[in-house]
Amino acid sequence: MSFVYEKLMGGKKGLIGFIILAALILVIFPLFLDSFRLNLVGKYLTYAFAAVSLVLLWGYGGILSLGQGIFFGLGGYAMAMFLKLEASSPENTAIQSTPGIPDFMDWNQITELPWFWEPFTSFTFTVLAVLIIPAAFAYLIGAAMFKRRVGGVYFAIITQVIAVILTVLIVGQQGLTGGINGITDLRTLNGWDITSDSAKNIFYFVNCILLLAVILASRVILTSKFGRILLAVRDKEDRVRFSGYDVANFKIFVFCFAAMISAIGGAMFTLQVGFMSPSFVGIVPSIEMVIFAAVGGRMSLIGAVYGTLLINFGKTTFSESFPEMWLFLIGGLFIAVVMLFPNGLAGLWDDYGHHITHKLRFITKGVSKLIPQSMLRKVEDTRS
Amino acid sequence: MNMLTNTDFTLSIEDLTVSFDGFKAVDNLNFYLDKNELHVVIGPNGAGKTTVLDLICGKTKATSGSIKFLNHELTGLSEHAIVRAGVGRKFQTPSIYENLTVLENLEVSYPYGRGVFGSLMFKRNEKVLNKINEIAKEIMLDHALDTEAGLLSHGQKQWLEIGMLLIQDPQLLMLDEPVAGMSVKEREQTAELLNKISQGRSVLVIEHDMEFVARIAHKVTVLHQGKILATGDMETVQNDPKVIEVYLGH
Ligand SMILES: Nc1ncnc2c1ncn2[C@@H]1O[C@H](COP(=O)(O)OP(=O)(O)O)[C@@H](O)[C@H]1O
Ligand SMILES: [Mg+2]
Repeated sequence: MSFVYEKLMGGKKGLIGFIILAALILVIFPLFLDSFRLNLVGKYLTYAFAAVSLVLLWGYGGILSLGQGIFFGLGGYAMAMFLKLEASSPENTAIQSTPGIPDFMDWNQITELPWFWEPFTSFTFTVLAVLIIPAAFAYLIGAAMFKRRVGGVYFAIITQVIAVILTVLIVGQQGLTGGINGITDLRTLNGWDITSDSAKNIFYFVNCILLLAVILASRVILTSKFGRILLAVRDKEDRVRFSGYDVANFKIFVFCFAAMISAIGGAMFTLQVGFMSPSFVGIVPSIEMVIFAAVGGRMSLIGAVYGTLLINFGKTTFSESFPEMWLFLIGGLFIAVVMLFPNGLAGLWDDYGHHITHKLRFITKGVSKLIPQSMLRKVEDTRS
Repeated sequence: MNMLTNTDFTLSIEDLTVSFDGFKAVDNLNFYLDKNELHVVIGPNGAGKTTVLDLICGKTKATSGSIKFLNHELTGLSEHAIVRAGVGRKFQTPSIYENLTVLENLEVSYPYGRGVFGSLMFKRNEKVLNKINEIAKEIMLDHALDTEAGLLSHGQKQWLEIGMLLIQDPQLLMLDEPVAGMSVKEREQTAELLNKISQGRSVLVIEHDMEFVARIAHKVTVLHQGKILATGDMETVQNDPKVIEVYLGH
């Protein structure tokens, strides 16, 4: 019990924060938002996986990855490949010159399913691929970089370059990947219509539960000795090394874990939005993910979720009315947050949150005094 | 074969040279450290003292020569392997984790759970806490276990870093200017601490403060331009004309 309380929840404060977040996304949003908007929030929450991964990687580990879109994209594409193959059954694609392969392959004169698409006919393989391929790729990058002690700005730039290369590859290999349009027209998952409102609602809840689970798993990591070593590496890497740790292994692990988390977000994106495209892989989405984490507070797993939601609500609102202003606005906001509120929303909450909770308690007390007891009783009567 | 070169020394450095772009910061150095010996290295700024420690702990790679610790060659080993072999090193500027508490600083330095999965599974059990408390008492920080290390005084930070080494129980302890920035009282306490912890292990200290050196050193070596100028007990060294000329004379 105490393990659950301390490790998973991070004590009383962590527990309250977790419950508020869970209530917001599992109860309040579904109650007050229509299906369309709920699906939109669900889409935002898939980015929150990447933002949470950056809290571990950047906030705690001091490793700034400007390429989390790589892993978000790999997860998303793995899921999209499975769904696309299901949508491309010979009956569905009878009018193609080669029935049974995805339409974009047919348009590009490809006559046979490429070998690396074959295993994505299996859902089990796909789920494993979502988890393992991004982590394995992160392992390769991490081992190559961290063993050679490449870090800081150099690492950030290299992740950025890899994100660009991956985007260029996807766009360039249209016949194999769907190119710039991505993989679209995804319809069913094991025969179940994923475009229906009910399916989208179910995915929303699955997504929320996975996100909450990822936050808990991250908390377990951060409250272990591993988490303290991670902080120690961020602050005094040499001291950790000269305390007998092979620092590179710790960085590689957290980078792989962060990749896996981001990939889950990507796969959930594909399921909820119904397509995947290179525009979620490259520089811009990768940097946006960093901004989500920074605005939420890069040391706060839960803050990262709020940061993601806030920026995306803002983006949707503003980019409709002033599309060209949005980039400047978000850039300015990022600079302002880094300069003025280095701990983001979570920092503000820590500094001023108790004023708000105090006021709320004061108000509820006052209100309950104003309401005659008999009325309260009546409310209870009608409930039962 | 090996039998011939095996010695009783904790540390034996032979013909050690490191050159930075042609500049020999350590030049053909020979140096031996006995068990239970507290040896102080002095020398003017830029003499190469810190570089010697860097070479021993693997931070800097030697150009040539050999460093044997308990008859195991250290040159070529990675830093963490050298630490795990039993060599601990305190840096010239206190190197602690400012954002962690004193307790957490010591816990991170505790020599178990050093692998990725080991650290994930690591439990802060009775044994660990007892060891942490014991060390904290030794370094006079048992009252400050829950204090964030960044809030400690400069002297306390130095002690904490020494504690972080002690918890690993190294056979060779290397301290680079451990009393820099300390008050007179703190210096006295540190001298006492060093005398206590040098029992059962070898200690190599770099220091400037002669009064402090006289108080702790079993043996003193004077380094100058990467070479040994004199070695022996404090008195011999202080009366050595070469030493007086280049160092103490200043
Ligand atoms: N990594 C390095 N690269 C180049 N020069 C170095 C390096 N480390 C030390 N030096 C030089 O070696 C000399 C000895 O330095 P150091 O060992 O720090 O002296 P001190 O005896 O004061 O501790 C200095 O001239 C210093 O500039
Ligand atoms: Mg020095």
